[in-house]
Amino acid sequence: MIKYIYLAVLFPLIGFLINGFFGRKIKSELTIGIIGSSTVGIAFLISLLAFVQTIQFPVEQRTNTVELFTWLSANGLNIKFAYLVDQLSLTMSLIVTGVGFLIHVYSIGYMHGDKGFWRFFAYLNLFIFAMMNLILGDNFVVLFLGWEGVGLCSYLLIGFWYDRKFEKGTTADAAKKAFIVNRIGDFGFLLGLFLIYQTFDSLNFQDVFSKAQTFLINENTFNLIALFLFIGATGKSAQIPLYIWLPDAMAGPTPVSALIHAATMVTAGVYMVSRASILFASAPTVMMIIAVVGLLTAFLAATIGLVQNDIKKVLAYSTISQLGYMFLASGVGAFSSSIFHVMTHAFFKALLFLGAGSVIHAMHEEQNIQNYGGLKNYMPKTYFTFLIAALAIAGFPGFSGFFSKDEILWYAYVNGGFIFWFGGAVTAMLTAFYIFRLFALTFLGNERFDHHKYHPHESPSVMTIPLIILAILSILGGYVGIPEIFSDQEGNLFKNWLEPVYKSAEEKLLTSSFHSHFEEVLLMLISVLLALCAIYIAIYVYTKNIFVIDKLKKRFVKVYNLLFNKYYVDEIYDSIIVRPIKIVSEKILWKFTDSIIIDGMVNGVAEIVNIFSEKIRRIQNGLVQFYALIMGVGIVLILFWIIVNL
Amino acid sequence: MTNNFMLTYLLIVPIIGSLVILFFNENEKKLVRWIGLVFSLITFIISLFVYYLFDSTKTDFQLIHKVLWIKSLNISYHVGIDGISLILVLLTTFITPLTLLSTWNSINDKVKMFTFSMLLLEAGMIGVFISLDLFLFYIFWEAMLIPMYFIIGIWGGERRIYASIKFFLYTMFGSLLMLVAIIWLAVYASNQLGFFSTNLLDLYKVGPLVSREIQKWMFFAFFLSFAIKVPLFPLHTWLPDAHVEAPTAGSVILAGVLLKMGTYGLIRYCLPLFPQTAVEYAPLISILAVIGIIYGALVSMVQPDMKKLVAYSSVSHLGFVVLGIFAMTIESMQGAIIQMINHGLSTGALFLLVGIIYERTHHREIEYYGGIAKIVPIYSTILMIVSLSSIGLPGLNGFVGEFLILLGSFKSLVLNSWWYTIFAATGIIFAAVYLLWMYQRVVFGVIKNDNLRQELTDMNIRELITLIPILLFIFWIGIYPSTFLKLTEVSTQSILKSVASFTYDFLK
Repeated sequence: MIKYIYLAVLFPLIGFLINGFFGRKIKSELTIGIIGSSTVGIAFLISLLAFVQTIQFPVEQRTNTVELFTWLSANGLNIKFAYLVDQLSLTMSLIVTGVGFLIHVYSIGYMHGDKGFWRFFAYLNLFIFAMMNLILGDNFVVLFLGWEGVGLCSYLLIGFWYDRKFEKGTTADAAKKAFIVNRIGDFGFLLGLFLIYQTFDSLNFQDVFSKAQTFLINENTFNLIALFLFIGATGKSAQIPLYIWLPDAMAGPTPVSALIHAATMVTAGVYMVSRASILFASAPTVMMIIAVVGLLTAFLAATIGLVQNDIKKVLAYSTISQLGYMFLASGVGAFSSSIFHVMTHAFFKALLFLGAGSVIHAMHEEQNIQNYGGLKNYMPKTYFTFLIAALAIAGFPGFSGFFSKDEILWYAYVNGGFIFWFGGAVTAMLTAFYIFRLFALTFLGNERFDHHKYHPHESPSVMTIPLIILAILSILGGYVGIPEIFSDQEGNLFKNWLEPVYKSAEEKLLTSSFHSHFEEVLLMLISVLLALCAIYIAIYVYTKNIFVIDKLKKRFVKVYNLLFNKYYVDEIYDSIIVRPIKIVSEKILWKFTDSIIIDGMVNGVAEIVNIFSEKIRRIQNGLVQFYALIMGVGIVLILFWIIVNL
Repeated sequence: MTNNFMLTYLLIVPIIGSLVILFFNENEKKLVRWIGLVFSLITFIISLFVYYLFDSTKTDFQLIHKVLWIKSLNISYHVGIDGISLILVLLTTFITPLTLLSTWNSINDKVKMFTFSMLLLEAGMIGVFISLDLFLFYIFWEAMLIPMYFIIGIWGGERRIYASIKFFLYTMFGSLLMLVAIIWLAVYASNQLGFFSTNLLDLYKVGPLVSREIQKWMFFAFFLSFAIKVPLFPLHTWLPDAHVEAPTAGSVILAGVLLKMGTYGLIRYCLPLFPQTAVEYAPLISILAVIGIIYGALVSMVQPDMKKLVAYSSVSHLGFVVLGIFAMTIESMQGAIIQMINHGLSTGALFLLVGIIYERTHHREIEYYGGIAKIVPIYSTILMIVSLSSIGLPGLNGFVGEFLILLGSFKSLVLNSWWYTIFAATGIIFAAVYLLWMYQRVVFGVIKNDNLRQELTDMNIRELITLIPILLFIFWIGIYPSTFLKLTEVSTQSILKSVASFTYDFLK
């Protein structure tokens, strides 16, 4: 099946073409939905078969390339449209098509009755197509094709309801913002590619990575390459300073937030860093930067998440925060842990978003959690699955998030140092708090909504079945990565499976500090305790004793406002970057430089010629006497000149 | 050497077409339109034959037709093509019928004269791309101004006279300097070769031997003429005026083909004739190109008029082309050539699209529109695809050109600095800003103006026929650019090789 892996890319494209061209004519929503979902389902099956096949190979033969055709060639550049099937790309494609399939199915219920039903499924399929290119591409340029493709789909889907109001503008504003901020990242990414090409004379993964191992290359070059690539990652994966588009991306339909802005696309940056691990491992300075940016993003986003009232906003900041974790992992060299977290996060965050979607659906588009309350009686399945997801993200022992987060924290401690562990653990506590605040305000406590206006109800099974499957994955997903101290060497299946991909990077990093099992268990216990306390406090405070919060709000009104307004980052960017550029472009470049200076000069020359000619023209006045006079004067002057010169 | 008449047919068919049209009555509009279309289609078919006959593995000029013309001055009618000329000829013959089709309803006044001018213009453009004699080249170069002058001046907007005169004088100014340089070079050649010659192939041998001081003057005389045509910052101010006032067809031809004559001239004449000066001034010229990329994009961003927005975006896109040419690597030069085609297709399509709604509403201000996605879904989809192609989304044509240009300029030895590429690459951010912002304001949101519901209708079959071929190429070049890159690869290599051979010690 490996040979036919391109079918896993092609099927979603076919789905897109069918629904895109004929969707308007197909009257039955179910037909459209089935076309959309089944193509992704088939892609999942193909990936699964390729996975099964690969796993039977001995380790050395698990990397295979499938070439299709030459895409770009000029001089030494030879970019093939080719797919790389290895442990990493298979893992990612299973996540993307698997979770993607569930979300497609869910969307059949969620988007029911929407005028753009066909358009929605067409875009979703296009997204899967692009994402598969991103993951499977065997060189940086195909990756970039996917990278931009998913950005486009994100743009189209955020602005899906393009005439709806969203915050200060419309959803189209949010879409544009997402695309442009991502483009800023792409700018860095492209420079990274250019530098890679200049350094290694190739953009093919295997070429570049093997040369990176063997060539003697200046560390500064590696640092620059890694930095440029990381700028790209901060755009796509919403890290400081380019995370600002993700909260606004929530303007899109909720399944989109689940699929693109939580489970898959936003992890593209993590994937890319992980793919190019050898380049990053050779750039120690940038690794440090990545770890710090990851940690800061994780922490700051979590603090913002504490006070938001829009259910999707909280989840959006939570996503940014979790992505921060993944970069923290990459930054300390734990690449496989970052992908592990990508996977578990895909399960529980998709579940959280879909659960939120189910709630929003039931509450007639109301998204403010202050207007929810007590929903567990109305929608038990959503309640129960949401609880599982919340426990998973909070790192409750035994749930998937616990395993991946714990692994990251441990490596943060081992490779990064105490401070990285501490920051991570505090963030984990904040995470547990905000997610259970959200949970308590939504499902527990008093019913604060207007019963005349809202009639909450459980969603249809086309929506709840995906929730249940994701809930199962959110519990069991972690058991492929049991920490080594609880099992033997072979216990961490996930890590062992991915290990070969990072072999060269790990050789380069080679950290050899000794840590006892006691330390590991102790740190784990502390972080678990912190999380448990946070869960308890959140539930207690938001169901029984809400006054504490009001008091705290009053006491720390400044902090509260700062968090509530998201540190005013949007406003700052707007006033120091966006508006100045606009004003300079309009007032200085266009209306002054272009119209007055450059065009003024051009027209000025013409004007001068004109004035001059106007004067000279008078000589040609058509009077014979005048001409005779001038002639006479001329003759006299010439004679005079001749006489003088004699 | 046996003469091949193929290129001459290519040149003469549109001329015959224009003469045939003269025999018709002004009132027979429909017939005249059809005749124009048929002749331009025949020209296109002939160009496909030319493509078929062309051998892209050969370095030399092919399909040469040479007849002595002015004996005393040794001037010949001398035409021939290499890959670069061929691809631009194909662009010309491809765009012209589409342009004629786009004017079916919009041009109702003096149709005969209009079609006549368009066909002559086509012949002129083909002539520029296939001439191998500088004198012949110059004649085509100038002759082409006349029909364009009329197209803007007669069928243009309110300030058409101002715009057409500005266009004419601006370009004329450059051309005259070029004429002086041509004569100078030819005279210089008579000292070197022993006979007066305007044969490009002879002059290729003479140009690099001209003393550096004189070569500089000659280079800049040529360069100025081409730079105005491109247009390179800060010589661009004729362009927005000409575009805004020109009828849609004029804008499409102007953006699609005419501007390419400038960049073509840089590749065909400036680089191989004066390689030392070209290399010496490459950094300076590239700086202007990079300024043009950013400046054009920023000014484009704040335009309230859609047509003007697209016009300024041309300044930005052509900046990429000039950068690609003067970075003088194979990657960047190949990128520049493909980008010339891309710009012709994408910007041409953008002008067509603006023209389509202008025809219906007689408004070009972005302000007037909003929420038209609901009224004209097909139009909105096509506008989206074309905008994305112009933005440089991978998988569509624009990416191929920009990527190769930036990749090549990054490693360029002639420029020898990353900063050109770093600044130029910001252009890809701004391109997204100005196009998506325009798109959003025009297409998304709530329907802003009730008039729009009555005025706007979705694209009709004729309009689809004009745009679908362009879309086809937008995807083709994006997904499988090899078809086109192969065509020009050998020619690009040979030009750069000859430049390098004369400037070897300079580069060290």
